[in-house]
Amino acid sequence: MTAYKRYLAVWAALIVMTAVTVGVSYLDLGLWNASVALVVASFKALLVALYFMHLRHEIKLVLAFAIFPLLILGLIIAGTLSDTMYR
Amino acid sequence: MTTHDPHKGAPVEARLGIWAFLATELLLFGGLFTAYLVFRLEYPELFHREHLRLSRVLGTLNTVLLLTSSLTMATGIAAIRHGRQRTLQIALALTLALAAGFLGIKYVEWSEDFSHGLFPSSNLFFGLYFVMTGLHGLHVILGMTVMVWLLWRARRGDFSAEYNTPVEVTGLYWHFVDLVWIYLFPLLYLIG
Amino acid sequence: MSDEATAATGHEPDYLAQKGFRSWACTHDHKRIGVMYLIATHSFFLIGGILAMLLRLKLLTPGPALMSDHAYNVLFTLHGAMMIFLFIIPAIPSSLGNFFIPLLIGARDVAFPRLNLYSFWIFVVGIVITVASLLQPIDTGWTFYTPYSAQTASAVTALSCGMFLVGMSSILTGLNFIVTIHTMRAPGMTWYRMPLFIWGMYGTSVIQVLATPVIGITFVLLVAERLLGIGFFDPAKGGDPLLFQHFFWFYSHPVVYVMILPAMGIISEVIPVFARKPIFGYKAIAYSALAIGFIGFLVWGHHMFVSGMSTVASVIFSFLTFFVAVPTGIKIFNWIATLYRGSISLDSPMLYALAFIFLFIIGGLTGLFLGSLATDVHVTDTYFLVAHFHYTMMGGTIMGLFAGLHYWFPKITGRMLNEKWAKQAWLFIVVGFNVTFFPMFILGMQGMPRRFSQYPEKYQPLNILATVGSWILFAGIFIMFLNFVRSLRHGARAPDNPWQGLTLEWTVPSPPTVENFETIPTITDWPYGYGKKKRQAK
Repeated sequence: MTAYKRYLAVWAALIVMTAVTVGVSYLDLGLWNASVALVVASFKALLVALYFMHLRHEIKLVLAFAIFPLLILGLIIAGTLSDTMYR
Repeated sequence: MTTHDPHKGAPVEARLGIWAFLATELLLFGGLFTAYLVFRLEYPELFHREHLRLSRVLGTLNTVLLLTSSLTMATGIAAIRHGRQRTLQIALALTLALAAGFLGIKYVEWSEDFSHGLFPSSNLFFGLYFVMTGLHGLHVILGMTVMVWLLWRARRGDFSAEYNTPVEVTGLYWHFVDLVWIYLFPLLYLIG
Repeated sequence: MSDEATAATGHEPDYLAQKGFRSWACTHDHKRIGVMYLIATHSFFLIGGILAMLLRLKLLTPGPALMSDHAYNVLFTLHGAMMIFLFIIPAIPSSLGNFFIPLLIGARDVAFPRLNLYSFWIFVVGIVITVASLLQPIDTGWTFYTPYSAQTASAVTALSCGMFLVGMSSILTGLNFIVTIHTMRAPGMTWYRMPLFIWGMYGTSVIQVLATPVIGITFVLLVAERLLGIGFFDPAKGGDPLLFQHFFWFYSHPVVYVMILPAMGIISEVIPVFARKPIFGYKAIAYSALAIGFIGFLVWGHHMFVSGMSTVASVIFSFLTFFVAVPTGIKIFNWIATLYRGSISLDSPMLYALAFIFLFIIGGLTGLFLGSLATDVHVTDTYFLVAHFHYTMMGGTIMGLFAGLHYWFPKITGRMLNEKWAKQAWLFIVVGFNVTFFPMFILGMQGMPRRFSQYPEKYQPLNILATVGSWILFAGIFIMFLNFVRSLRHGARAPDNPWQGLTLEWTVPSPPTVENFETIPTITDWPYGYGKKKRQAK
């Protein structure tokens, strides 16, 4: 039943990180607010992906299917911003 | 040729299929995230001012509900991999309840917004807010519909340690819905 | 290439045997689904073609004639939208891809046969909604640019919903093919022993899965803007019309590679067979398919050079656009090298393949004029652009499609086409195509803008020439379709392997049985060992 324990631990970490990110949002850190929020969100996402979605124990092909689309998403963001940010 | 090892989960075709589908969902929501970035960079004051109108408390509560629903879903899959039918059914029911709670809170939030005269057409922030949370909510409803069907099949005894592919595939979809919210929450509610 | 003998038992029914609406509407057989897509997509080819003929009729005269300006705008919108979304994008992948991917890799069906059927029905519902939108005809052009598309009273919302569903069908088909190619190849068929059509279809499917959702969200946002009054793309509400264009072209550029990669895959199959030579540079062709697919995601801004996009973005996109020519050029040189010193038979599939190479070179090279910032300012949105994309889409994709149809007609139907009619049709098509579209390069250079129903008189002579060309082209297509229909009933019975091809579909009966193969073959070699007595050890 270590799977259950592991999931519970991941969940606890996710709740703690949620508390942290909400707490930080009440402070005024200027531009750092955005960075902290996104970094914490990404950590949460990583935990969900690795443990709840089993990516930690997946074969390489599935990992490729999970990661490659992120690059394409990066492309549309980068390409669009290269226009809107430099008009 | 594929061999099905119950301890490794669903057959590889199913896993490849669902991850390919999640890729499409990533790009679907990705367009919205791109629009968010574009407008946020262009209208920082608007976003700061408007995002304060959202209830951080309700947003946090919703985040906790969804994260917990991912826990229950993952637990359900682990259970059926060991043939635990009853635990799977309880897990699915709990996941459904938590998802319903999420939708309930969303309903409250939206009603509040409407009663304060905040509509999608009010400004670009709320336009994005309603479309992003709306599309996300639609995905929650779709997920719940599939889970009701899974629960019905589980009660019929369709799933076992040897065969639980639909459960695992739905689980992956559900975690993805959770992932989208993990980013929506700070972007809409927390960053000013 | 296969160690198994042909499995024609003679008493096994072929996939066409079972009759009745139910047996087609509820089929899980990839071959039947492919045939249904074939009929659906080619119906829209014919309708879209008739629309084009009407457009060309109007353009015989520079002034008002035949139809109002508004009607003209509606016609070119319909022509573009139908041809692109309902014909060219699904034509090869969903029909020939569906039919032949399992056969070429030695499988009995695709990975998810039920999903395949649902994809077809989603496609049908999408078509019905799209056609219903004709009740309030749209005149935005197939590109639906905002703000006009967000504000016009015509059925943009309905069309968006229809297109969303058509896109869903495309996504699910691509997903199905990706998983099929990864997991269902026959034993011994390593990636480097796959037919090149499969490599092309793989690249195509990856693009379909990753790019189509973006046009999906574009339609969602457009509908949200129309129904909810949000100003994403409306400058008056703080929105950005270029955001629409970025989202639109992020899909619509890669989608041209969805159109061309399957066609290139067909060329890679046809040329070795009819030159009796192994394909030159197998790996280069395989990898260039993937390269074209990937680079295709990097260049969408080249549709927006004159839209008001930043100089930074314009320069970056123009620079990246040149790279896509490289893997394309590699393919073309490899096909030509395959032909060199081959034993060439000019059967109709080969004629179309040769036409493809010639016409696609013209289409591709003219893309360079459009990809270069400075020259693009002069020729964009003129008839030069119209000629460029017709040379690539019709001179390229459609010639490839026709090559595939002629090559695989015996396998699909069990009948041979009439070669004389096929060659005659080919001649009309190739001559007609060039007479129609080459003058447009000149018209564009001379400054004639696209999407105008009326034009300055000086452009009339070349317009008349183009219209006459369209009549020759139409005659050719008519003869070709007549050949298909007639040969279905009266064509000679096709043998299993009329072309002596080495790919797996030629080891089964024409038409194939439901199960494709009596026993799944074991693969020991690549499928291009033509003219060699010894087996190549690969």
